[in-house]
Amino acid sequence: MSRTTPFALLTNSNALPWADVPEWPLPEFLRHVGVELDRGERLSSLFGVPEGAALRLVAVLAFDAGNTLAVARSQPFSGSFPSLTPTHSQAHLFEREIWEQHGAVPEHHPWLKAVRQDHGAGPAVGEFFRVDGREIHEVAVGPVHAGIIEPGHFRFQCAGEDVLHLEIALGFQHRGLEEALAGGPHRATVYQMETVAGDTTIAHATAYANVLEALAGTEAPLRAQWLRALALELERLANHTGDLGALAGDVAFLPTASACGKIRGDFLNLTALLCGNRFGRGLVRPGGCQRDGDADRLGKLRERLEIALAEVQQAAVWLWDAASVRTRFEHTGHLHATQAAEIGLVGPAARACGLVRDVRFDHPSGWFRFAQVPVSVWPDGDVFARARVRWLEIQRSGEFLREQLNAAPDGEMRSPLPALAPDTLAVALVEGWRGEVCHVALTDRAGRLRRYKITDPSFHNWTGLALALRGQAISDFPVCNKSFNLSYCGFDL
Amino acid sequence: MFIYDTLLNRLKRGCETMAYPGGPAPALPDRHGGALRVEAAKCPVGCTACVAVCPTEAVTRLLPQPVALDLGRCIFCSECVQACPTGAITQTGDHRMAVGRREDLLLGVAGREQLRLTGALDDKLRRLFGRSLKLRQVSAGGCAACEADTNVLGTIGWDLGRFGIQFVASPRHADGLLITGPVTKNMELALKKTYAAVPEPKIVIAVGACAIAGGPFVGHPQVNPGAGALLPVDLFIPGCPPHPLTILDGLLRMLGRLEESGRNSQTNRNEP
Repeated sequence: MSRTTPFALLTNSNALPWADVPEWPLPEFLRHVGVELDRGERLSSLFGVPEGAALRLVAVLAFDAGNTLAVARSQPFSGSFPSLTPTHSQAHLFEREIWEQHGAVPEHHPWLKAVRQDHGAGPAVGEFFRVDGREIHEVAVGPVHAGIIEPGHFRFQCAGEDVLHLEIALGFQHRGLEEALAGGPHRATVYQMETVAGDTTIAHATAYANVLEALAGTEAPLRAQWLRALALELERLANHTGDLGALAGDVAFLPTASACGKIRGDFLNLTALLCGNRFGRGLVRPGGCQRDGDADRLGKLRERLEIALAEVQQAAVWLWDAASVRTRFEHTGHLHATQAAEIGLVGPAARACGLVRDVRFDHPSGWFRFAQVPVSVWPDGDVFARARVRWLEIQRSGEFLREQLNAAPDGEMRSPLPALAPDTLAVALVEGWRGEVCHVALTDRAGRLRRYKITDPSFHNWTGLALALRGQAISDFPVCNKSFNLSYCGFDL
Repeated sequence: MFIYDTLLNRLKRGCETMAYPGGPAPALPDRHGGALRVEAAKCPVGCTACVAVCPTEAVTRLLPQPVALDLGRCIFCSECVQACPTGAITQTGDHRMAVGRREDLLLGVAGREQLRLTGALDDKLRRLFGRSLKLRQVSAGGCAACEADTNVLGTIGWDLGRFGIQFVASPRHADGLLITGPVTKNMELALKKTYAAVPEPKIVIAVGACAIAGGPFVGHPQVNPGAGALLPVDLFIPGCPPHPLTILDGLLRMLGRLEESGRNSQTNRNEP
């Protein structure tokens, strides 16, 4: 990295003493964060740490091109702080969250309202952005949806069929995850981490394990890092395959929809072959992995993987060959690369806007330091691009698994986790199938968790869905929504 | 010739729906473990090794009483199985776990080593729902895993539609609710309203450890300890998440559509 920055730099899944995190007066802190964001860096997390009755802000920036993470903190302050959001959209939800969690008001925030809490009335009760006019009508959907889906509320402002604005109100799934972590880790913590978003069990559990290992000054045995990478790609395969099927279903293309529904289950069963659970529960633990695979089991895995990959290949060929699918996918739910960069979009949704952004590539940790997966990018920013990136990633993950199943390092699967270092900050990023999973932990003087911040990729990306709907026919909402397929509980925590 | 290729492929693949329940049940993954069995008589005097490792306080032992395991709270992590020095808690590998009464999930004392599977609905409800059951699904803090493994029952492999069971888009069309998640405080109102909107007579099914007792989030002030805290539940299906086979077994058992009943019938469970 050639340029200088006042931030403390660290690489992914590492820790540094809290005292070494640069501390600036609040205005200076906000100015520095703004300067880095203006340079095109990315806000991975921004959160408050209570300091007695006062509050500090902590920023974690991702310098993707430099393959480093940058952290800094403000001096404690009380009351309000000038909002970054009017000039830096990436801060929008983070600032609302800080206000909700700690009561510090971001002054001049353009849309200050709760993120998850209901304040006694239900999360979606309150003021929504409204468009007025004789031809305008409003459509409200949710929280309970017409299918087997998590709850959330969508409020559309429409002129005829066209959506002028969509506001998404979440919080219905709030289970108090972060609040429960104070003073931890507790006995239930790792199980809660596995259910931050149940379809992203491996990514969240790996981020948690990486954070604790960094705080303990250790690393999981190589064989465990290898197995975590395999499980992460299996998770991606299952979910991407399910998404391709669901997208096909939403445009009434049933051959791919039917096939992918089944193949998704076949991929989930591969994870179950490793650990007994289709979602990977019980596999990843701080210090390593709880299960191992002998040659016989891995051989079986490989055999069944090949069958599933051949089947998904066939299902994808049908999809891409169908003109009726192409006309429905192309130019639907369009998002510009500039918008995507401005709101800090992550994961396949960002890569479908042409942004080269992938934690496995930009901030490799664990096994991805030794075995790389090419970044799959498509330039158009529409439903087609988001489907296409998923398909490219299915192929790349399949290749990765084929190679790596033959490259198992020998050795232990788990090593004991030493005590966590006191007064230390650790950051771990993992490229889950939806995008960047970010866990930040700060320990107290006794080495217990003082503050734990989870940022699911959905936290960044729901805004992307709202923007993609602008100017779109409301009847295209389902296919647009499916093309992002974001997590409600990962957002609501 | 795109359309012919597609059709040809479909023909070649044939019917992909499993034979179950007409044929043998598909195998559970060999590391799944299935339902647990507790023989409190085997507990060493004063031992609480299982209690200390349980993340959801599903295992309790008030000394000198015998150990008690609540399979409703259990997330099947198998920590207790590994911690037990005498094999008092064991995995049975059995996928069948659905019960009709909450207390039927409490294991431990003599005669209650295993859960007691649900019986069928009474004749009146069976006549109504036995061949056509429409359910409204409400996720109320579920992590999307119970939802996914319920959803999968609609795919071609399981084909829930062949039993006349269907998930519908409105509570007005429904005969009952299938609830996942601990019921967050933020979903309480929506769940109550959905329940009220379902016409009588109606049934409630709680799927997963969260919906039965709060799961890994039990005790959090932001959640309820499961759907039973708010609504009368007719069927409890344990698991974290329950395997799709466990959910299907529960639904069919409740509708009286499984021939075998009781604990000891043969199931094909070994991984190929």
